[in-house]
Amino acid sequence: MTDLDLDLAPPPPRQASSMRLLGTTALLALRAIRRHILRSFLTVLGIVIGVFAVVTMVTLGKGATQSVHDQISSLGANILTVIPGQGNGRGGGGQAPPPFKYGDLAAIRDQVTGVTSVAPQAQASAAAVHNAANWSTTVNGTTNAYFDAQNWKLTDGRRFSDSEEEAGKSVCLLGSTVKANLYPHEQPVGTRLRLGSVDCEVIGVLDAKGQGGFGQDQDDTVVMPIKAVQRRFTGNQDIRAIIVSADPAYDSGDVQEAIAALLRERRNITGGKLDDFMIFDNKQIADTLSGITGVLTAIVSAVAGISLLVGGIGIMNIMLVSVTERTREIGIRLAIGAVAREVMLQFLVEAVVLSCLGGLIGLMLALFASIGLSKVIDVPFVFDPWTNLMAFFFSGLIGVVFGYFPARRAASLNPIDALRHE
Amino acid sequence: MAEPLIRLIGVTKRFGAGAAAFQALKGVDLDIEAGDFMAVMGPSGSGKSTTMNILGCLDVPSSGSFLFRGHHVESLGRDQRALLRRRYLGFVFQGFNLLARTTALENVELPLLYRGEDRWTRREAAMAALDKVGLADWAKHTPAELSGGQQQRVAIARAIVTHPDVLLADEPTGNLDSERSIEIMELLTDLNRTSGITVLMVTHEPDMAAYARTIVHFRDGLVETIERRAA
Repeated sequence: MTDLDLDLAPPPPRQASSMRLLGTTALLALRAIRRHILRSFLTVLGIVIGVFAVVTMVTLGKGATQSVHDQISSLGANILTVIPGQGNGRGGGGQAPPPFKYGDLAAIRDQVTGVTSVAPQAQASAAAVHNAANWSTTVNGTTNAYFDAQNWKLTDGRRFSDSEEEAGKSVCLLGSTVKANLYPHEQPVGTRLRLGSVDCEVIGVLDAKGQGGFGQDQDDTVVMPIKAVQRRFTGNQDIRAIIVSADPAYDSGDVQEAIAALLRERRNITGGKLDDFMIFDNKQIADTLSGITGVLTAIVSAVAGISLLVGGIGIMNIMLVSVTERTREIGIRLAIGAVAREVMLQFLVEAVVLSCLGGLIGLMLALFASIGLSKVIDVPFVFDPWTNLMAFFFSGLIGVVFGYFPARRAASLNPIDALRHE
Repeated sequence: MAEPLIRLIGVTKRFGAGAAAFQALKGVDLDIEAGDFMAVMGPSGSGKSTTMNILGCLDVPSSGSFLFRGHHVESLGRDQRALLRRRYLGFVFQGFNLLARTTALENVELPLLYRGEDRWTRREAAMAALDKVGLADWAKHTPAELSGGQQQRVAIARAIVTHPDVLLADEPTGNLDSERSIEIMELLTDLNRTSGITVLMVTHEPDMAAYARTIVHFRDGLVETIERRAA
């Protein structure tokens, strides 16, 4: 019997060469795909949409996460913001918590270790008018320490002088949004500006900072000495917020705790009474927000991933239909001497080539869509090679998994029945 | 006398099992000499198609011996039979069975593809085969663009492109008018004479069987008569 088999089999090297077999079947598979271009397109549509959805979502999600990080770090690192009020808002019944006084400021600066600078903040809204232009904005009253704490650079002009700060002179620095709206063609430094009913001199322009952690425009502001704001706008000595810059060498949690203890003492909060002030740590906000974005990205990607699975089932569906439709063709191939393995490989290669092709198209669409959408929703475009590589690999895997069953069915056909199939 | 190319000894074939079983072949003995042109005739259900399937290694006998070139091939496995078909057999069907949307040349190249021949060998051999059937000018046309007679010639070219020992034709003129049928029969006769290829042909029509050198009649799962004619 062994003599016979050798006699009948074609030269062994050709039969054994799996590379050659793969080359042959790949050629056959590509021909089959080309000849049924519409069917091939419909087959891969699910994969295209799945890969497109997953990659676009992940890319945009990564962009959003990075954008949140960038924004928070633009607020300045190691910044603690102290404001009056309760964390667990006690309804409208109680009295409004008292604002801070200058003494609180000095106490924090002098008594808490690890504090590098302390800036007060008082706020008012006002319409800014220059020539015919009119812009409604926020007036921030503070001291020069504010610029240090926020790490906020100037593009033009200068900060407050000591005498301006001390006397509360009507001088101001413009945020870039205000500058863009009131001075489209002119350099603002040295000009005069009317803020509500107050006439004030522009002494500087601030660098653009972009959106804040909660989406507000940080550049839509006019900064004045706090005493000027208190006297001319708010009409009291209240400090709305204290911005504390901590030394990076100290743990910001410890600094936060020390400030809280000091303020409790100064505001007579003893025993079980709740704090009537809150301290925000920018770093905590950053971590929380990027955590939220990360979770959202994961959820949306998982939903998109389901469409990839559905795409795989679509491939299997069409491949199965295709096996039935091409029963006769399979019969012809078997009759002229294709072995089962070759028929199986042809269908498997067809499925893999189709799904990889779908993956590539999906990646391409996702690239364009994420570049476009990242502009629309204003997040940076972050190209992640790993995401793209994984998505492509996964689409190939789908081809293997969902192509296997139809391919095996094709290979197991009986040539006589297959040839008789109408 | 030389060993025949094909020898069937007591071949039976049973389909199904139990009460529904059907005995298609009841002990067929048949010798086929190399270079013969044999027509296989018989009414439906006489066992001629089953015999052809076994001869074409598409099916295996339930019992009995099938010797091909002196070797027992009745118990070969699926893949080994496929390799035997690839190497020694060529098929022509009643319904042509060409791949749609595929040019004549690519259809003829297909068996060579499975044999692992390289591109240029394939092209050259396929063109030579198409030339033999008189369709060298139609190489780039798809089956839909060819007449029935032309499609059957492409199918014949595909069957002979590997220079097989045996050409099995299952009612090759069944779908053609008489003029085309005569052309096909003349082509088969010519191939049989010039290339020495053994032709086995199933047919219903005595006119077509008249081209053969040997006519075998089947009846009720047995060979009824073997009629040998002068060449």
